[in-house]
Amino acid sequence: MSTDPEQLRRSQVFPLDRVLEVIDALPGGGVILAKVEDVLNWGRAASVWPLTFGLACCAIEMMQFMATRFDADRVGIIPRGTPRQADCIIVAGRATIKIAPIVRRLWEQMPEPKYVVSMGSCATCGGPFYYDNYSILKGIDQVIPVDVYVPGCPPRPEALYEGFLKLQEKIRKEPFLRRRIAASAQAGG
Amino acid sequence: MPVRTEELMLNMGPQHPSTHGVLRLIVTLDGENIVDVQPDIGYLHSSVEKMMEYRTYLQNIALVDRGMDYLTAMANEEVWVLATERLAKIEVPERAKYIRTIMLELQRLSSHLIWWGTFGIDLGAFTAFLWAMRERERIMDLFEASTGGRLHHVYFRIGGVNEDLPEGWTQRCAEFCDYFMNRFPEYDQLVTGNPIFQARTQGVGVLPRETAIAMGACGPVGRASGVAYDVRKAHPYEVYDRVEFDVPVRTEGDCFARYLVRMEEMRQSVRIIRQCLEQMPEGEIRSKVQVALKVPKGEVYARTESPRGDLGIYLVGDGTDKPYRVKIRAPAFSNLYALTEMMCGWKVADVIAILGSIDIVLSDVDR
Repeated sequence: MSTDPEQLRRSQVFPLDRVLEVIDALPGGGVILAKVEDVLNWGRAASVWPLTFGLACCAIEMMQFMATRFDADRVGIIPRGTPRQADCIIVAGRATIKIAPIVRRLWEQMPEPKYVVSMGSCATCGGPFYYDNYSILKGIDQVIPVDVYVPGCPPRPEALYEGFLKLQEKIRKEPFLRRRIAASAQAGG
Repeated sequence: MPVRTEELMLNMGPQHPSTHGVLRLIVTLDGENIVDVQPDIGYLHSSVEKMMEYRTYLQNIALVDRGMDYLTAMANEEVWVLATERLAKIEVPERAKYIRTIMLELQRLSSHLIWWGTFGIDLGAFTAFLWAMRERERIMDLFEASTGGRLHHVYFRIGGVNEDLPEGWTQRCAEFCDYFMNRFPEYDQLVTGNPIFQARTQGVGVLPRETAIAMGACGPVGRASGVAYDVRKAHPYEVYDRVEFDVPVRTEGDCFARYLVRMEEMRQSVRIIRQCLEQMPEGEIRSKVQVALKVPKGEVYARTESPRGDLGIYLVGDGTDKPYRVKIRAPAFSNLYALTEMMCGWKVADVIAILGSIDIVLSDVDR
């Protein structure tokens, strides 16, 4: 390990110098063999771009999550303003029956593969307070399929972080190319 | 050959980076000029007034946090417990009054910081957002230490507050005040004095004084149009009659005036917090109130100055432990009502600047 402070700081983020040690020890050094899918998934997991679509209170914690102290940029989470550029939608807050078709439409506008993070109790199940209510949708999963549920009212930014780490874990394990090939074969391609 | 033109309808929202929530604006355009603006609200309607009739007075404290303006949870709690205390004739200990005032002003700071940051984003200054969030995190730390919550606190109780301030909290709060006051020159350098920012806000979206009064514009929006009215001065509650502070009033009525009023309000909030920290006595924080409080028959109207303006609750009690009827007078709703007056005649690019300057929260509008 290096003793240079700059190197040490970097190695906390990603242990680059140790990677080189491993690579140099390999026969024919500098070459790593991996499955194409794994490499693609590695890249996809490191750049999950969510759509900025705040509904209610949880949106404020989502803003904190993307701002100074928690800084979602460092795990590759960069908010996008339009669904066409987004990989993932964070449903932050309570969804009313009036907004539900719009959430659905936004989700449909996103390119595949796409993911949904349900943030907070309201988006997950209608919330701790709105059980006897006529206007709130009892869970966003009635409208769009959810990948990760983040509980809390509202969840702390750390909790949303955990949710995104779980989502990244899921993306890394996904047989994403094979599923696509199978789908196109099924469609008669 | 004469050129035939016709008016164009443009939908803005509900998913739009700068509609501050789920607001839909139906804008009618003549070329680039705005002819008419109709806000379409109700995307966040959570029927909180009806739900409050089915919950006890204590349970409703947790509900108003979320159901009303979520950026200013403690201002909602304040107006609710104030109405209940007035109807049930409950005395609040001195120390609790001071704690409440400090919390309300901290809440005002955190709410205005969110506004400052998002207004910066609206006009293309992303750094403002990051700086505002940096300061807001320190307020969140203070809230977390005293109330246990970051956004929804459920800290106020009928007849006092839930818990006393933890050890060393007043010291931390005073340190924050010093830290925050030192940030203002930075803010002014970054945004207030910025020529691009001034060009986009000065003289834009003027709301004349008469229109502001007619439309019921309140809070910073009204004060920027020359309506010198602040509920903290006019109908003092808690300890606002014992602290010195100025109410910033400007007469221009444009976006820049609304900006300046809020910036000055933040400075005054720090001033109030510092005075409260000095004056705060020791003692009880909560008078004895039974959990299933039965409020006598009668009606009462309580009003407070929330960060967005004149927030009121009209409460009708029927002798049981649940309210008979609650009506919330939301400041953001009446400010949104004045939006059409501000926007007509301006260019489509000014929609964002004007909307950002009135600082609406859709949860407060729709309830």
